[in-house]
Amino acid sequence: MFPFFGFIAVFLLWPTVLVIAGAFQTSSGQLTLENITKVVGTSAYLQAFWGSIRLSAVTALAGGVFGALLAWAVAEGDQNGVFRRQVVAMSGVLAQFGGVMLAFAFLATFGYAGVITLGLERVAGVDPLTSGAWIYSFTGLAVVYTFFQIPLMVLIFLPAVDGLQVQWREASDNLGGGSWAYWRHVAGPILAPSFVAGLLLLFVSAFSAYATAAALISQGSPIVPLQIRTFLQSEVVLGQANMGKALAFGMVVVVAVVMSLYAWLQRRGAKWRA
Amino acid sequence: MRWIVLTVVGAYLLVPLLSMLDFSTRGVGSSRTLEAWKAIASYPELLSAITVTLELAVLTVVGMLCLLVPTMVWVHLRLPGVRRTMEFFCLLPLTIPAIVLVVGLAPVFSWLSYFFGDTPLVLAFVFVVLVLPYAYRAVDAGLRAVDIETLSEAALGLGASWWGTLFRIVIPSIRGALLSAAVLSIALVMGEYTIASLLNYNTLQVVLYQVGLRNAAVSVAVSLAALIFGFVLLFIVSSAGSRRRGAAREESTLAPLEGGLQ
Repeated sequence: MFPFFGFIAVFLLWPTVLVIAGAFQTSSGQLTLENITKVVGTSAYLQAFWGSIRLSAVTALAGGVFGALLAWAVAEGDQNGVFRRQVVAMSGVLAQFGGVMLAFAFLATFGYAGVITLGLERVAGVDPLTSGAWIYSFTGLAVVYTFFQIPLMVLIFLPAVDGLQVQWREASDNLGGGSWAYWRHVAGPILAPSFVAGLLLLFVSAFSAYATAAALISQGSPIVPLQIRTFLQSEVVLGQANMGKALAFGMVVVVAVVMSLYAWLQRRGAKWRA
Repeated sequence: MRWIVLTVVGAYLLVPLLSMLDFSTRGVGSSRTLEAWKAIASYPELLSAITVTLELAVLTVVGMLCLLVPTMVWVHLRLPGVRRTMEFFCLLPLTIPAIVLVVGLAPVFSWLSYFFGDTPLVLAFVFVVLVLPYAYRAVDAGLRAVDIETLSEAALGLGASWWGTLFRIVIPSIRGALLSAAVLSIALVMGEYTIASLLNYNTLQVVLYQVGLRNAAVSVAVSLAALIFGFVLLFIVSSAGSRRRGAAREESTLAPLEGGLQ
């Protein structure tokens, strides 16, 4: 009991409190709102937050749609089949496959000497130096992030698809509804809360992600985690010691808002099921 | 329709993995070579980083088991009212981004290295926190799957001590769940980059990145090897689980709420 909560307090709660408290303190420890107003008033920071939110939203949507489709395709097959087990196990690994290794995988595919880039050069005569640069840009980040979002959505969404009863489909068929009517009026509304809840989790997962972006982008900081990196790695300018904490606090606020939306949605979903 | 989805999404997920294989075995012209794979051994910093990371994985698993299992069993049996609180704190690391945590960890680590010296193994303290959500869910599923209450009451009624009950009754009956928790923790520690790199410790991922700046093919080879290692580990767990209880239940213990490493 006490060792457990003591450990949590020292290694999880205490650092978090330090971040939040630091966001409201000057470097000498006085209470101030200056860090926060500086974050809100500096266009580079606002752009980083906007970039983070945009990246998370785009990849959550893309990963959510493709992941949901894959979950559906898997659920259509044999419940205890080898294929389904393999997809689930693979999703478990690939959803965790972020960071440096994922960045390398995509550089090996789309980078300057990547397989697809060189293939395109051979087939279509595209110059690899112009066609290989996009992987280091915002679009590149979005494509790479979507890679871990898809298997994550499969893991989150598959139980919901499994929950669809065969009898509902039969009832819809017997009442003369076609495939479209079934998805529009039966399966769609039932799956909608789980789908949106999944999107919110994917948003948080992309928003919190650091390692993949850090390995891919070494110059410039288009998203908040990379802005925080510059504060942690460089000699901090005098009087700005707590700016990194203010940025981190901003991330906590965004995640907290999205997670409360998620909790609210879960409660609504539970009420509807009961 | 089903096959279109499987092909398109499958290609998106598999092409980068196959590209890694191609990239790391690319020779001059269109020949194949294992140069990059052999070169792994010529990077001593890579080998020592692998050792350090495996040591960290072991420490994290031991720390996680010692911290989590007795507490969870105790709460499960004696303090059901605390269960919600415990779940909340165990899942909390999922909602605090690692990049945020690392900002606040600097003072904690300055006194950790004061006590333990300048060793990367102190990272295990934070890694235990990072693996808590995954380990908690695996162990929780294990505890729910067997009737721990009856078993432990029988043991205590026959005169076993609390620790005797824990080690001789409870732990053997949830060993599958403990294995899942351990494997998920190992996978997480092997892939952790954020905290290790920003606190300047040379773990596998950190060194992998540095080596990649000089020789990309070697890093791609190591990444692929690490990925295959992860696959094998998770397959062992999922097949061990499905042999005993059927595949459906094991999915829930393998399914994380969200990714941890990105």
